[in-house]
Amino acid sequence: MVLLWGSNAREAHPIYFHHVLKGLDNGTKMYAVDPRRTSSTKFADAWLGLNVGTDIALANAVGREIIAADLHNKEFIAHATQGFEQYQAAVEEYTLENTETITGVPAEAIREMAHVYAAAGTAQILWTLGITEHHNAVENVLSLCNLALLTGHVGRWGSGLVPLRGQNNVQGGGDMGSLPNKFPGFQDIGDPTAQAKFEATYGMRLPAKPGLHLTLMFEAMERGEIKGLYVIGENPADSEADVAHARKVLSGLDILVVQDILMTRTARSADVVLPAAVGWAESEGTVTSSERRVQRVRPAVSPPGLARQDTDIIGDLANRLGVDWGNPTPQELWDELRSLSPMHAGMSWERLESAGGLQWPCRDLEDPGSPFLHGWLWAEDLEGREPAPFSVCQHEGPKEKLSAEFPLRLTTGRALDSYNTGVQSGGFASPIRYGDSIDINPTDAHALGLADGQRVRVCSPRGSIETKVRIQPDIPVGLTFTTFHFPELIDVNQLTNPEWDRRSGTAEFKAAAIRIEHLHSNGAKPMTDDPALDLERTTEPANG
Amino acid sequence: MADLFIGDDLADDIEIAAVAAAVGATNTVVHAGERLVYGGTQRRRDHRHLLLPALHALQNAKGWISPGGLNHVCTLLQVPPAEAYGVATFYEMFRLDEPDYGPGVSHVTHVCVDAACQIAGSRELIAELEASGAQVHRSPCLGQCERPPAQFHQGIGRPDLVPADFAAGGAGLGGSPTEKIPQQGDPSLRLLRNVGVVDPTSLEAYRANGGYQALDRAIAMGADAVCSAVAGSGLSGRGGAAFPTGIKWRAVAAEQGRPKHVVANCDESEPGTFKDRVVMENDPFAVIESLTLAGFATGAENGWIYIRGEYPLATARLQNAVNQAQDAGLLGSNAAGSGQRFDIEIRRGAGAYICGEETALFASLEGFRGEPRSKPPFPTTHGLFSEPTAINNPETLINTLDIVLYGAEQYRRRGTERSPGTKLLCVSGRVTKPGVYEVEFGVSLGEVLALAGPLTGSGRLAAVLMGGAAGSFVGPDALDLPLTLEDTRERGTTLGSGVIMAFTDEIDMTAVALRIAEFFRNESCGQCVPCRVGTVRQHETMLQLQTAGGLGAKRRKLIEDISQVMVDASICGLGHTAASAINSAFDLGLLPGGRNDDN
Amino acid sequence: MTITEVSVSLTINGRAVSVPQGTSLLAACESIGIETPTLCWAENLTPVNVCRVCVVEVEGSRALVPSCARAAEENMVVHTESPRVRHSRKMVLEFLGSSTDLSQASDLAVWMRHYQADPNRYGQTDVPAERIVEEPKVQDDLYVRDYDKCVLCYKCVEACGDDAQHTYAIAVSGRGFNSRISTEFDTVLPDSACVYCGNCIGVCPTGAIQFKTEFDMRAVGDWRPESQDVTTTVCSFCGVGCNLELHTQDNKIVKVTSPADHSVTHGHLCIKGRFGWQYVQPPTVSPRD
Repeated sequence: MVLLWGSNAREAHPIYFHHVLKGLDNGTKMYAVDPRRTSSTKFADAWLGLNVGTDIALANAVGREIIAADLHNKEFIAHATQGFEQYQAAVEEYTLENTETITGVPAEAIREMAHVYAAAGTAQILWTLGITEHHNAVENVLSLCNLALLTGHVGRWGSGLVPLRGQNNVQGGGDMGSLPNKFPGFQDIGDPTAQAKFEATYGMRLPAKPGLHLTLMFEAMERGEIKGLYVIGENPADSEADVAHARKVLSGLDILVVQDILMTRTARSADVVLPAAVGWAESEGTVTSSERRVQRVRPAVSPPGLARQDTDIIGDLANRLGVDWGNPTPQELWDELRSLSPMHAGMSWERLESAGGLQWPCRDLEDPGSPFLHGWLWAEDLEGREPAPFSVCQHEGPKEKLSAEFPLRLTTGRALDSYNTGVQSGGFASPIRYGDSIDINPTDAHALGLADGQRVRVCSPRGSIETKVRIQPDIPVGLTFTTFHFPELIDVNQLTNPEWDRRSGTAEFKAAAIRIEHLHSNGAKPMTDDPALDLERTTEPANG
Repeated sequence: MADLFIGDDLADDIEIAAVAAAVGATNTVVHAGERLVYGGTQRRRDHRHLLLPALHALQNAKGWISPGGLNHVCTLLQVPPAEAYGVATFYEMFRLDEPDYGPGVSHVTHVCVDAACQIAGSRELIAELEASGAQVHRSPCLGQCERPPAQFHQGIGRPDLVPADFAAGGAGLGGSPTEKIPQQGDPSLRLLRNVGVVDPTSLEAYRANGGYQALDRAIAMGADAVCSAVAGSGLSGRGGAAFPTGIKWRAVAAEQGRPKHVVANCDESEPGTFKDRVVMENDPFAVIESLTLAGFATGAENGWIYIRGEYPLATARLQNAVNQAQDAGLLGSNAAGSGQRFDIEIRRGAGAYICGEETALFASLEGFRGEPRSKPPFPTTHGLFSEPTAINNPETLINTLDIVLYGAEQYRRRGTERSPGTKLLCVSGRVTKPGVYEVEFGVSLGEVLALAGPLTGSGRLAAVLMGGAAGSFVGPDALDLPLTLEDTRERGTTLGSGVIMAFTDEIDMTAVALRIAEFFRNESCGQCVPCRVGTVRQHETMLQLQTAGGLGAKRRKLIEDISQVMVDASICGLGHTAASAINSAFDLGLLPGGRNDDN
Repeated sequence: MTITEVSVSLTINGRAVSVPQGTSLLAACESIGIETPTLCWAENLTPVNVCRVCVVEVEGSRALVPSCARAAEENMVVHTESPRVRHSRKMVLEFLGSSTDLSQASDLAVWMRHYQADPNRYGQTDVPAERIVEEPKVQDDLYVRDYDKCVLCYKCVEACGDDAQHTYAIAVSGRGFNSRISTEFDTVLPDSACVYCGNCIGVCPTGAIQFKTEFDMRAVGDWRPESQDVTTTVCSFCGVGCNLELHTQDNKIVKVTSPADHSVTHGHLCIKGRFGWQYVQPPTVSPRD
């Protein structure tokens, strides 16, 4: 059984979805939870269209029903978990009826999904940004983890919790220590052993206190505590929630350095632009996929103009700053990582040549890697670990409530042929690209007197943009949707809510309150602050 | 199903109503509320078999399948439009381009151009009809070879019909008093005993004449004993392949834990064959009873009748019989008191010879293109919906009634040791009394021709086509041939589906052979290369034979080479037999001799 | 088919062979170095066994059997070079060569020589051999469908449908020699269900569906497979980890495929992976032009 929750994998992770489809062909049942009836949900045995931001209520109701129907895995709970009683007490109020009121999902469907999930031989919960781009992202995730703990659908082949990563190396970035509180291999900053090990290898003292994640950096920039920013391969001037505010903050920096492959909006406003090679087509190295699979990338073409490898740029920069890092090859860098990160230790460069790479943890050269995690939950001694905790999560709903002024909910997502802010996917002539638009239910469109294709102004408490209406029966009444792929056309993040989760640092992209206005001849405003961008490759260093 | 991309064309009210009438209030996707929709792979699979009935409804409503109509059906059944289009274009009876018939056209007249009708003037009939302004479609064999040239009216906004049924005095459900078969009323008849004698529309009449005693007996014996009796009788399939029926039933009976099916293969399309039509039209309850018996014996709960689309009367009578049987409790949750559920659904084919091949029939019934599937696996384990299935044609099925009633031993008293029982023969061509004959296995070809009266035409026999287009010609020297499975095989020919078509010496056999080649070219499903291209190359070579008046050495070699690859490497029986009649015609010297050049 | 640890023993061309139960005859032949021509078979698709070019002779079986779809059985006696097998393979190749444009099916050319296939012996001036004659369908900037190269191997239909993409934008329509791969009512691809994953291109053995880049380069005589390199890397457009094979010519990416044996993709990609590379070298502004 597959529980697809807040993920439009059919479009955002198409090849992963091929694997899901294979399961469905073989008789696997799928229940899909999503505010929108996405193309993914149309493959499901049932689509449960919950209100945006009511995931915790729904998850708690599923948990409560599983317990009430005595379908929970008592043996597993006793063996491998802790905090069940508190959880049970906390979900008690989430009756099917109450939850129907909160989520908009019929009680009978919640009950059915709970029973099918609990009774399945193997079951997986898959989620994406529909769960994590909320102000209470971590609680959303934990509320789903509770269901796996309740049923034992975790730590076994065919069962588990599957967050789908949006980028080819977002997992690898974390693995490599691109987190404010971790060294490579998820070793804690401040942990004396780890600290000593890294300091010895790097030959210098390292800060023992965690740094700032992106959202906190923006707050620090706003307070003037951060005056310079070095951006590598990120486009915050388009991708941040409440982007008008983010742009203002960026423009207040003393210095902005952008290292990128394309002249993004962020690069255009930079003081210095460092043209870089395309990681996956022009560089040697590794990336790590959603399933912790480390695979080699290799250069197929040489970078244009004076664009250089990221490692060379960073090395040179270090050199100018007075540190000689030499001229290490990607393999040498990798071997250094293996010496520091135990979970990568078994992944020799040669082994990574094999088709399909290796999945961490892979601790030595004999280790075949790990197709799934958390198997220890089933070990007799839990491999010496503490039992997994249930988490008490309470429904809160989106920070931004609907109001008379802003009566419609706006949520965002991906389209099949596009990617993030479009700087890469905009480069080819996709016959299926439908461009900038806001999807709205026929009923709402009728009430507002809107026709398909009509241009409108969309306003949130933070800003307004102009776009065209796409009338879609697959979106429920009261909800609107747009992709975020065309910031130069529809600057949706002018609307989105920057409220963010204190633990993950993720903003609530998925739930803003808006209204849609007719355009009047005198009210025509420019869509964005800047004219549309022609996204050229960066080929020459530039000083702005 | 996602990615189900439906274009902008909409169905009109007539099409929507027609589809609703055909498939009921089916919704593959159920909108249970604004926030709850049921759908998914299983529901989609469960509804796919309604595609063919829905396409029939569209075709009948408008005389073609419009883009809007197809979109409507695809939405309803969640079938991807490209697939539905692929299915629709597979069948002779469907057209996908808008016809310009002009107003008031109520039907298209299909006229058979295959051998029996070809030699009886179908070309002249077509010319006549076209001159009168009728919409004419040249059709492969319509299964009315005893009354050539055959016609079938495909209705537009009204039911399909066969004009001959009315000419004979009342079609509809009312039984006509006229003669249905030359041997009508002969007390020695077993399979045909009710034909023309018992009202085919009345369950009561059928029962009054011993109907449903066999099923009662079978239930009393138990399924295992029924399988034993059928196996012991030596009954083998009457469609042409002659597979032992008892072995097939036993194999299905042994399958447990999955839904099982029995299918009546009523897609009688072999040129020259019409016996099943005569049985279905005139003794439909026997088909229903024997299919129910097969269901009981094999433990299958689902009975299916797949009948060719050009048999409207047989379809109506079978449906009537099913309805009456349901009302009488002979079908349903406790069919005939057997304690077992058994129901029958009827599906019409849409004009495709290949769908008589059992795996192609399954594909067609399931709502896919009628393309044969590779065997193994065999239908007894992977049949309809990939579930265990026993598939038999009506003639085979009705044989089992006597076997159960009187026992295998009694059954074996007729026929020969290796071909027990009686056989239905479809005698046509240049004979005085064409029709379906029931004879014991073992009578000679000459005796059968004698039964059908003196030859017509020149009166001088040139050849007999045995087993249909997929069979072979034999010459006048074969009149002593005993008609048994073993003797025909030994003499390099076949009984096939029981076709005995007589040709006298004034007939242009090159034209006949050319039409057979064209038949296979048109009917090849196109799936495998040897048959898809081979039937075309064979036909082209036969055209060269006709234009050049003979074939040089290279061309004769080509004919042999093409024949060999079709026999060796085609997926199914169509390709395996597509060259057989033509080869035999060459061998018998029925075609112009070779030329001495080497082209 | 399921491959188990149980093994079966058979004889191929007089040699004893032992393979795991469930192994196809094709794989069994390969295991002892016997090469077999294939057309409709691909390791990442379910065998449809329609082309019949891989047939072998199995003693006791009346017709030849498709080696791609038939599993090896205990005590089978198989012949791959018998006169019947050679004849059928030669005829299948002749049939295809006489009816379709195989100019871009380089593998087949080798086999045609091997079996001395002569596609020109069909047809005469009075009755020419019918061929598939279709104009290339150029309906967007990504694909070209040139169906007079189509051998109806069904691979594109399988890849678009059940075996990978589940989009079902194309299917076989018509019957017999008039069968074609088609959208509904032959509607243009951009108006169909097509999502441009290019998995049809990935499996096409004859160039009947190809990248527009390849089509355009061929049109000006600039398509030079002999001077192309293939580099395996990882797609950047999501976190699934699809392997890409970048085909490059003169330091430019000209085509993208994926390895059929890769456990993530099984050779299949999405529109972004297949075509999203163009930003790396936008044709108008690249300094390399």
